[in-house]
This record gives sequence, structure tokens and C-alpha cells, in this order.
Amino acid sequence: MSKIKATLKLSGLEPLIVTPETNFVNVGERTNVTGSRKFLRLIKEELYDEALSVAREQVEGGAQIIDINMDEGMIDGKDAMVRFLNLIAAEPDIARVPIMIDSSKWEIIEAGLKCVQGKGVVNSISLKEGEEQFIEHARKIKRYGAAVIVMAFDEDGQADSYERRIEICERSYRILVDHVKFPKEDIIFDPNIFPVATGMEEHNNNALDFFRATKWIRENLPGAHVSGGVSNVSFSFRGNNVVREAMHAAFLYHAIQNGMDMGIVNPSMLEVYDDVDKQLLEYVEDVLLNRREDATERLLEYAETVKGEGKVRTVDLSWREGTVEERLAHALVKGITDYIDEDTEECRQQFDRPIEVIEGPLMDGMNIVGDLFGSGKMFLPQVVKSARVMKKAVAYLLPYIEAEKGGEQSFAGRVLMATVKGDVHDIGKNIVGVVLGCNNYEVIDLGVMVPTEKIIEEAIAQKVDVIGLSGLITPSLDEMVTVAKEMERANLSIPLMIGGATTSKVHTAVKIDEHFTKDQAIHVLDASRSVTVVEQLLGGKKSEFIKEIKADYTRLREHHEKSRTRKQLLSLTEARKNKFQIDWASESIVAPNNLGRKELSVSTEDLVPYIDWTPFFRTWELHGKYPAILEDEVVGEEAKKLFKDAQAMLETIAKEKWLEHKGIVGLFPANAKEDDIVIYDPEDSTKEISVQHTIRQQTKKAPGVPNIALSDFIAPVESGKKDYVGAFVVTSGIGIDHKVAEFEADHDDYNSILLKALADRLAEAFAEYAHKLVRTYLWGYSKDETLDNEALIKEEYRGIRPAPGYPACPDHTEKPALFALLNATEVTGVELTDSMAMTPTASVSGWYFGSRHAKYFGVGKITMDQVQSLAERKGMEVEVMERWLSPNLH
Amino acid sequence: MNRIEEILRERILVLDGAMGTMIQRHKLEEEDFRKNWFEDHPSPLKGNNDLLSLTRPEIIKEIHALYFEAGADIAETNTFSGTTIAQADYGLESAVYDINYQSAKIAKEVADEFTKREPHKPRFVAGSMGPTNRTASISPDVNDPGFRAISFDELVTAYKEQAGALIDGGVDLLLVETVFDTLNAKAALFAIDEVLNERNVDIPIMVSGTITDQSGRTLTGQTTEAFLISVSHMNLLTIGLNCALGASMMRPYLQVLDKKAPFGVSAHPNAGLPNEFGEYDETPELMAAQIKEFLDEGLVNIIGGCCGTTPEHIKAIADLAAKYSPRKQEADVED
Repeated sequence: MSKIKATLKLSGLEPLIVTPETNFVNVGERTNVTGSRKFLRLIKEELYDEALSVAREQVEGGAQIIDINMDEGMIDGKDAMVRFLNLIAAEPDIARVPIMIDSSKWEIIEAGLKCVQGKGVVNSISLKEGEEQFIEHARKIKRYGAAVIVMAFDEDGQADSYERRIEICERSYRILVDHVKFPKEDIIFDPNIFPVATGMEEHNNNALDFFRATKWIRENLPGAHVSGGVSNVSFSFRGNNVVREAMHAAFLYHAIQNGMDMGIVNPSMLEVYDDVDKQLLEYVEDVLLNRREDATERLLEYAETVKGEGKVRTVDLSWREGTVEERLAHALVKGITDYIDEDTEECRQQFDRPIEVIEGPLMDGMNIVGDLFGSGKMFLPQVVKSARVMKKAVAYLLPYIEAEKGGEQSFAGRVLMATVKGDVHDIGKNIVGVVLGCNNYEVIDLGVMVPTEKIIEEAIAQKVDVIGLSGLITPSLDEMVTVAKEMERANLSIPLMIGGATTSKVHTAVKIDEHFTKDQAIHVLDASRSVTVVEQLLGGKKSEFIKEIKADYTRLREHHEKSRTRKQLLSLTEARKNKFQIDWASESIVAPNNLGRKELSVSTEDLVPYIDWTPFFRTWELHGKYPAILEDEVVGEEAKKLFKDAQAMLETIAKEKWLEHKGIVGLFPANAKEDDIVIYDPEDSTKEISVQHTIRQQTKKAPGVPNIALSDFIAPVESGKKDYVGAFVVTSGIGIDHKVAEFEADHDDYNSILLKALADRLAEAFAEYAHKLVRTYLWGYSKDETLDNEALIKEEYRGIRPAPGYPACPDHTEKPALFALLNATEVTGVELTDSMAMTPTASVSGWYFGSRHAKYFGVGKITMDQVQSLAERKGMEVEVMERWLSPNLH
Repeated sequence: MNRIEEILRERILVLDGAMGTMIQRHKLEEEDFRKNWFEDHPSPLKGNNDLLSLTRPEIIKEIHALYFEAGADIAETNTFSGTTIAQADYGLESAVYDINYQSAKIAKEVADEFTKREPHKPRFVAGSMGPTNRTASISPDVNDPGFRAISFDELVTAYKEQAGALIDGGVDLLLVETVFDTLNAKAALFAIDEVLNERNVDIPIMVSGTITDQSGRTLTGQTTEAFLISVSHMNLLTIGLNCALGASMMRPYLQVLDKKAPFGVSAHPNAGLPNEFGEYDETPELMAAQIKEFLDEGLVNIIGGCCGTTPEHIKAIADLAAKYSPRKQEADVED
């Protein structure tokens, strides 16, 4: 047996590994109908949402496993277990921990085992009904892939002494290990925790016997673990939480010392051992360790004096203090439905019309969900949960929306929505459904994995006006083609909307549109567009709309066909012959005022005027140009709110100095040598200090159009002229991690994203600021430049600042040389990762070209001979170079 | 020493590439999926690739041969959707036994021919057991998260039938693959364990999960390590990853398996990420260059290809793999 396997390893969505170093695994006990009256009531009344909150509180409160028990005469335990476990599977913040399936009935245990994807724990089996059944159950548990708790219980009853405990545990262990071949490390013994201080003498050793038995098990039954239900021990002191909490702390302390490594403890009923009043601790330990004859009486007397509530632990509800918009967003992102009705109501009262709650705050919240999903910070089950919160809110508002319309609901049209066969992703589809529903369209949602035939059948039966297909994974693209073909065959003249992450306008135009002539197939970029598209499709100007689309798609198809067939590339030698020509003899080159390197240090206030806001809104999936976007019909409201939050945060960033901005620019003598730019020491322009390797376009061009490389903008060595090149690295990300961590610790993803988005913008603004400084002063070739910010954004100035890794110089591996040239890491703190990404991410680096001919371009596709040439020039392996440039390889 | 467990310690074994991609090359039509078997079936069958093992076996055999030719040691049977659950979409639950039995049989025929020709390089057949098109841990209905479209017991029944037929057809291994819901995989393993016990045979089992995106989780939200732990109760030949990601994106998750798995480790990535037409266009050279990194790090015991890979890809991978030694398993180290 290998070493790797020999520890107890459990899993929910995440692993839980119990090593000898693991002090103690804390099992949550509140989701147990026999132990919690509240939980029992919730299950009885089928209030499963609230029951889930109990589970969530446990995990948030630190439970590493949650014990679930549904053994109660009044409920169908098997049904309740299955239902609750299935619901937990949809709650990632609960399901991340392993599940302990707790029942005295085997059929409930087995039903539970069939619901958990992770490796859980069965609680419990024992020799109570004899060996045969014990073996059978153990075999099954092994096959289901779970660990097991074995009670110290046999045919003669429960072990209540040290000797009986070790006898039963040893016998159970031997059967499991030798006979069933149950993995040793997956065996957990529960040697029975019984109450002490009951007043009965035979109970005086209850705790001590448990400690001794625990020690024996850990020393004599290799691999096995010990667990127990701790609250039993303090049973005599019900109602006196101060004493109970102290007893639990002291019991656990000693049990852990003796080797107990797992247990069912209510963390809110547990004092920290060192915080227990010393007097009380002494009395408690006298009882637990049976140190004095009168231990019980002394503790009872003392207990009378400290009656009280003990400590009250609550879940972090600070998010409830935010504005109603923040609360809704939080509830959406976290998938919490507990307060959604009251928050939605509060919000409804703030707006003129209930529909505005959906279009405003709720959609804002869903946008954040979408971003988190897109950036890999949320995964599917969480997003589904968010959609559910959204639905609940919409459901709450629906009666008001309908009342507003005055009774009878008349729809603007009927839309069928489906995620195609083979695909289970429906968040996009659901958002579109919600948006359409909110705009008075009747949505018939067929769900996920819908076969083509069903789509067609329902479309006909329900007389729908539009069909919307959705899918996220790539095979769905083909499924959509199939649906289109089948619609064509079935002669269905119904418009077909295509949406989802992998879909594209090109794909719809090239692969779907051509197969569907009975009506129009349309790619819909995002949920917000779906309304306008449907409106146009169902409106009076449908034919004009379709004509436009047809023309657009035809153009796309032609373009696609051309680009596919056209990709003709020149050899590097040929491309070089067609370089961008500058007549260097007559060209006047401006020498920089300040050669050499210069550190830059600016404040946030300095940079704010240089911010380009349009990409900031794009980050948040709000499309449109700033400032027009603030007045935009569709996203204006959202954009305004976002802009306001951004402004407020910018102010705080500036005032509290959250971010530090550091940069360095350098200007150097340089000359081109073939496609490289040789850079010289500013002090001694004969001394080479660096080489920039540029890449040349190789696509075959129309006559008169050159194949450009950046080196074309620098005077070549053979021209005999002195020329110059600049370089820069700037960052606005110093200090961001700390603040982001603070936000994240506070579960405030909104502000965390906002801050990151702003830092990115500030870094770009810094780059713009630095470039201006270079143009007008440091280099000084445009001393009299007067451009407003809009003109800056449009880049209406002379000179360019291309960045390695971007279209004009797609080679990321040029960055180390650039950084070395400027000593950038030391000066700015910006570092390069293995994949040449800059950290902090809110950083920009690049080159300056001052020539009046310099312009941005894309290198596009290149051939292997250029890769080989580059590898040679740079002293890199051809394979390595090839990998870095693979996106540009033909 | 033809036992795969022994060979696996000696060298890296190569698994074949995509079946679907190769079938697409044949531009098959509806009648190809019906020929001799399902002529009068009432609903369309095009796209149900598993049927081709019955209706156009020569094509499937040719594909297996091309992969063996390219250097694959293991061929996967054409049975990715060979369960009553997946076939229910086509109303072909009754064809499941034949699909699996014949797919195994023809793959084994081709494998045996190659083994005879090249006895130093025995070829193996792995019975492919896909995830089905239902998830046991996720509700298809957003409004009813507790609902399940399929139960554990239904999955066990379906997988038992598939595993039984594959074994009857002569497979050397069973491969539970593209696991996006670990509960489905656990049902498959439960079924396999029962079948093996009932027949008192021992067939090595491979399990291969699918990390859906850069969040590093399976579709049902498990981390790579949690997934590994959840299936470690069976004594597996290998645990690995396939599909969804290209080789370079798969690497961090393979490193987790390499570090934590008490079994062999396998990988069969896609040929990169799909382009906007859902086509995989990573070249064999490019893919091999990324796989080289796995090999340099000694991450794998079995390597192959998933969506978009072709015999050309497998050849590039096989040529490369031949130059490397397999990942050391913990047991090897302790010996």
C-alpha cells in the first residue's frame, strides 16, 4: 500500500484531509432533527430553504463536515434525507464540505449515499445486529466510497466501560480490516460519550473511560480515528450554557490530548479552553477526570452562581447594512434567498414601477454574477443559485406588474427558449427569459438538453412567434445547425435567435443562416439585445430588419470565405523587400531633450483626467462610448450608477492613498539593423546596451501597401543618421492586493471588481500621462501639442507606444529585455511571471516611437522562416519561439 | 509480461485520439446509421455514432487501425454513448448490448492483428463508458434544484449492462471517462464493482474526469483533488483528465493528480480549445509541444487525445512519449 493513501481523505466540492497534524475535525450538528428542535420544525413544515440556511450557518461557522440526521417518527426520513442532500448539492458554499449521513436506519443511510458525489462518512454502523449485517453494510459502504463511523455497540449492548469499549472496537476493527478489507484509515470509532456529574456514582468515570479508550484505540488500531458527540457529556447542565461551554472546552481539550481527532460539536456552544474561568475550569476538570469525591457537588454549587446565556454566535450579517441595491446584489451573488422578499419590497417602494426593480438593481446584480462567472470566480451551481434568487424576486414582483397592467395579461408575443440537446448550461437562456418576461413577452422555457424534435413540436403546438436557442459548450453549435435544418424541413416560418457564449455572428451567418430560409436566423450578442431583436422581429418593420441582417450576413460570409482562401503569405525575405519606406536622407529626426531614464511618481488626482472610461464600462458589459453611455437609452441608468460608484471609489483611492503609482520611462539612441532595433547607451552612443527584435507582417499586400515591422520607423544603421527609441513601464497596482483582500474577506466582490477595474484604468491613464510627458517635454518633438482627453483617446498625436504582446509586437518574450533596459522591476515593483504577464496586473509597458510616420498596425499571420530568424536573433530554441508565437503562425 | 500493469511501469502507454473527429471525415448520412440494423427505425439516427460499430463496422475498424498504426497502445471502443440512458434519446435502448458487444469485439480484432504483427508492442482495448447525458448531482430545472432527472440506481443499472456487454466483447480495460458529475462516475464504478464481483473477474479500471474551465472544477463544482478522493475507493489502474481543455490548460490539474494520486495518471486533452466554429485546430506539432511539458515533468503514465485529435496527433504524441519514462508511482518509489 502506498504512503499517499494512508490518511483519511474526505471530499465535498473540496478535499478534507485528516493528517496526524490535523488537530481536530469539527463536525456540524445543527442539521440533525434529533438534536435541533428548530431544524426538526423546518423539516416537518417543509421549509427547506430555511433548513439550508441552518446548514450554511454551520459551514460559515467553521464546521468542516456537516452531520445530517432525519431520524424522526413524524417524518419520512428517507425522503427527507434525499431531498435535503439533493438541495445541498445545489449550494456550493455548503456542498464544499463532506457530508456525514447520520441515521440508525440502513435504508436511510443507503439512500443518502446515492446522493453525494464526494466521499462522505456514514454515521454509523455497529455489531448491534450481529456480524453478518455488519459485514454486509460495511461492504456496501466501501462500494459507495465512504468512510464509516463504528459505534462501540455489540449484540450485548452499548459499551459503557473502558474494557467493553476496547473489546468491541478491536473486534469491529479486525472484521473490517481482515474480512471486509475496509481501508483502515477510513474507520472512525465512536466509543460513546456519556454524561458526567449525573449524581450517580457509576457515571463518574464516563469521561475518563472515554479518554482512556480513545488513547488505546489510537495506539492499538493503526489508522483508525476517534469521534464522538461532545454535547452529551454536559447533559446534566442543560440550561446553564456557561458551565456547558466550559465542560465542552475541557472535555475536548483532554479528548484531543488522548487522540480524538473528530467530533460533533456545536461551535456556538464552545468556549476557548484558555478563556474558561480558571476556577470553573478546575471544578469541571475535577469532574471529567474524576479527581475528587465531591467534584460533582462542587461544580453544581458553582454552577448556580454562573447561570447565564453563555456566548451567542451569529452569522455575519453586516451585508444587511448596505443600501437595498447592495443587498440585492449581495443576495444574488451569494445566492441567499432569506431576505429577498423584504429587500425586493423595499426596492419596489423606491421605484415608480415594479418593472424598474428588475431592469435596475436586479439586472445590475445579475451582471456582476455574469462577470464573476466569466472570470472563473463563480462556477455553475452558484450561478444557477443566483438565477433562482432572481426568479424569486421576479416572482415577488409579478403580481404588482400584472396589477399595474390591470387584470388580464396580454402579451406582446410568445417566445420559446431552449438550451439545445447535450448542453446543460442555461444561465444565459434564463437571463434572456427573465429579460423578455419583464418586457411583457410570454416565455415558454423548455429547459436544458432539449432534443430538436421537442423544440419543433412545441413551437408548432404553442404557436410561438420566436424560437431562441442557447448553448455554452461548442458541440452545441452543431446542435443549433441541426435545429435550423430540421426547422427548414418542417417548413417552420419562425425567426430563430441564437445565443450563448460560444456562438458568434460569423458562425450564425456561415453555418446556420444558409440552412434556414423559411425565416431568419439571428445571432443575439447578449441578454439586453434580445428585447430589441424580438421587438423588431415581431414589429411592422420586420422585412426591413431582416433585409439588413441578410445583407450583413452575406457580407460576413463573403469576408469569411475570402479570409479563408486569401491567407497567402510572403516569405520573410520577400516581406523585407516590401518594407515601409522612409527617405532617411531627407527625414529630420528630433533628438530628445532628455536622454536616459527617468522615474515617475504621480498621484491618483494627476491621473484622473487621463482616464478613458469607455473600456471601464465594457468591463462591466455596458457597451457604449463614454460620456454618451450615461445618457444611453438602454444602459444609461446602470452606467450612471456604476459611474457614481466609480467616482466615489476614486475619491477614496485618492484620499486614503489605496494605490501607489510608479513608473519609469527611458529614451535612448537607437538604429535599426534589419528587423531589429539596436539600442545604445545614452552616455555613449557607440555602446550597444540592448536589442529590440521586431516582427514583420508577411501577409501578401495590395500593390503599394508595405509589410511593416516596427523597426521600419527607426533610421537604419546604414543611413548614418542618429535616431532614438523610448521605453516605459508604469503601474497603478501597488497596494491593490491588500485592499482587494480586504474586500474579498468582506465578501464584497462588487467593490473588489470595481477597484480592479479602476486600477486598470488608472494604469492606462498613467501610460497616457507618461506618453504626453515624453512627447511634449522629455523627448519634446511635440512641444506645442494641445489635445484634450478625447483627442488623446483617439490618439490624434504624433508617435506611438506599442506594447509587447499586442498586435504590433506580439512577442511577449521581448518584455524581459525591456524591463532590464529600464531596471523596471526594481524601480516600479512590477514583475514578470513565467508567462510574461505583469504583476500587479494594473500595469502597462511598451516602446515609444517618435517618428511622424509611426503608426499602429497588426503583425497578423507569419511563417516559420520568420520564427526561425527570430529564434536565431534572440538566441532562443526554435520550438520555444514557435510556442510563444503560435497564435500568429499560419 | 503482457499484463498492462507491468507494461505501465516500463513505459508510457499511448491512448488513441478522437473517434468523432475521424467519423466526421467520412461525411456519413442517415442511411449509414441504419444499414442492415435499423432500416425501419421511426426516428432519425444520424449523429448516433455508436451505432456505426454495427452498421458500418469497417469504418470503425479502419479508425482503430489508423490509431494503432500511428502508435497507440490502447484503443477506446466506440461506445461513449452506449448506455440505455444515452440511447433513450434515439429510442434505441434495446440496441445497447449489441453496440457494446460488437464495438468491443471489432476493436479487439484489430488490436489482436496488431499484437500478432508486433508482439513486442501488445495492443489493448479499453471499453469507453461515457458520462451519459444526465447528471445525478444537478437539477435540469432551475426552479427545482432538488429535482433529479436520473437516479443513482438507474445509472447503476445502465452502466452494469454496458460494462457486462463490453466484457463479453473482450475488452482489456474499462475506461470511465469525461466525468463531469462525480456521482455518475461513482455509479459507474459501483456497477463495475458489482459486475466484476458477480463474474469473479478482474479488469483494470481507468477513470478520467473533466475539468470544465479555468476555475479548476468539474461541472458539478469539485476541485481536482476532491474528485480524486471521491473515486479513490476503487483500486484504479489510472486516474486522469480528458476533454474540455487543451493540453497546456490541463497541466496544473495534472500536477495535482501527479502529486496526490495513489494510482497511475492519464491525460487525453483536446486539440486545444475550439475556434468559433467549434472546430479544434491545434496542430499535432503544437499539441505535442505542450504534451512534452507533461513528459518533462514526469506527470503521466498514459497519454492520448480527446476531441479534435487525429492519428497525426497521436503519432506526434507517441513519437514523443517513446523518448520518456513514465511517471513514477509512489509504490515504485517505495519498492
